[in-house]
Amino acid sequence: MLEASNLECVRGERSLFAGVSFRLEEGEMLHIQGKNGSGKTSLLRMICGLSPPASGELRWHGTPLHQLGEAYRAQLCYLGHHNAIKDELTPIENLLSSARLAREALDDDAALDALELVGLGGREDLPCRYLSQGQKRRAALARLVHERRALWILDEPYVALDRAAVGLVAGLVGAHLQRGGLAVLTTHQAVAVPAGTVHELWLGSHDAPESGQQAT
Amino acid sequence: MLGVVQAIIGRDLRLAMRRQTDLAAMLFFFIIVVSLFPLGVGPEPEQLRRLAPGVLWVAALLATMLSLPRLFADDHRDGTLEQLTLAPEPLGLIVLGKVIAHWLVAGLPLVVLSPVLGVQFDLEVDALSILTLSLLVGTPALSGIGAIGAALTLGVRGGGVLLSLLVLPLYIPILIFGAGAVDATLTGLGPEAHLSLLGAIALGGVFFAPWAAAAALRIALE
Repeated sequence: MLEASNLECVRGERSLFAGVSFRLEEGEMLHIQGKNGSGKTSLLRMICGLSPPASGELRWHGTPLHQLGEAYRAQLCYLGHHNAIKDELTPIENLLSSARLAREALDDDAALDALELVGLGGREDLPCRYLSQGQKRRAALARLVHERRALWILDEPYVALDRAAVGLVAGLVGAHLQRGGLAVLTTHQAVAVPAGTVHELWLGSHDAPESGQQAT
Repeated sequence: MLGVVQAIIGRDLRLAMRRQTDLAAMLFFFIIVVSLFPLGVGPEPEQLRRLAPGVLWVAALLATMLSLPRLFADDHRDGTLEQLTLAPEPLGLIVLGKVIAHWLVAGLPLVVLSPVLGVQFDLEVDALSILTLSLLVGTPALSGIGAIGAALTLGVRGGGVLLSLLVLPLYIPILIFGAGAVDATLTGLGPEAHLSLLGAIALGGVFFAPWAAAAALRIALE
């Protein structure tokens, strides 16, 4: 269970957002929306623990994040703006090395399966610098196929992907929610996730009728 | 615990092998700087012998400086550094892995080359072996202390110059004891005292610097 109360983010002199609160239970997803520059990525980095909130508090199963450290990071899978893909390595090397660093047991066959599933079958031995932007994104998203950590935090996961891949990622997120996982993601695309409850959170002002920064 | 250090070393070594031009540029820089001195100073063996330890050590410092800016910059650019920070391991251990890998790629080749280059300065066998030994003991400290500078200047514009200004003064004790060990051998005093101090700096550098660098990286990523 992930809870946030009255989060505030300050960048320089400017307050990006304030009073952001939400509560996320097992099997639920938080969809963060907002204009460019409204602080979506900042909020995600806050939830990861990469940057502390200017005020307010985040709690994981009731314990404040700053007291958890490694125990929380072991539950967390973050996919940021950047793909965290090494251009010199092949997709399968990228996948295996990121799994090793996350202390996950991933064997070659499982990694090959994952790459096959995201449509990189036959390209697993090609250095990533020869891949297109969308293929690199797919290589990064291949991590999610065997990912069993409880909290997924995805920053614009659908960027650069074609329609089939978007459906695939939505399916992976849906399966994750069905297993009782939690997910937080930002996207500008309206993509239906096949399972789980979706909460919407708007940062800043917007035109939709249910305006406000409270997600329930 | 050590698994993550191994994983990082393995990954960084593999990356370095795929990007050999960086390594080659650094080694050629080292070779050329060292080789220019006998040409510039003239061929008197006595003078060259006196210059040798200082020249080789200064060239090693500068060659290390060439490779330092990329220690974290590449990982920072492609988002890998964020992933490393979020790994369920202490960031200090991950930085330790990167420091060891940096030494294997950028420090050890200098150590291996130094006896060959030392011959140009007409060094005797015992002075050559002490020179190599002092570099072997001292270069890990260069990687460790350099990591702090690389982390502090991460993402700063013109970070390369700042990095040199920050790190080179910290290298002074290593330079003094490293070159001093060879001088002491040449004058017959024996290099033990210098080498032990150098070893102490290296141990401190390799085991404490990663934690300082890790703290700097967390601030840089905020």
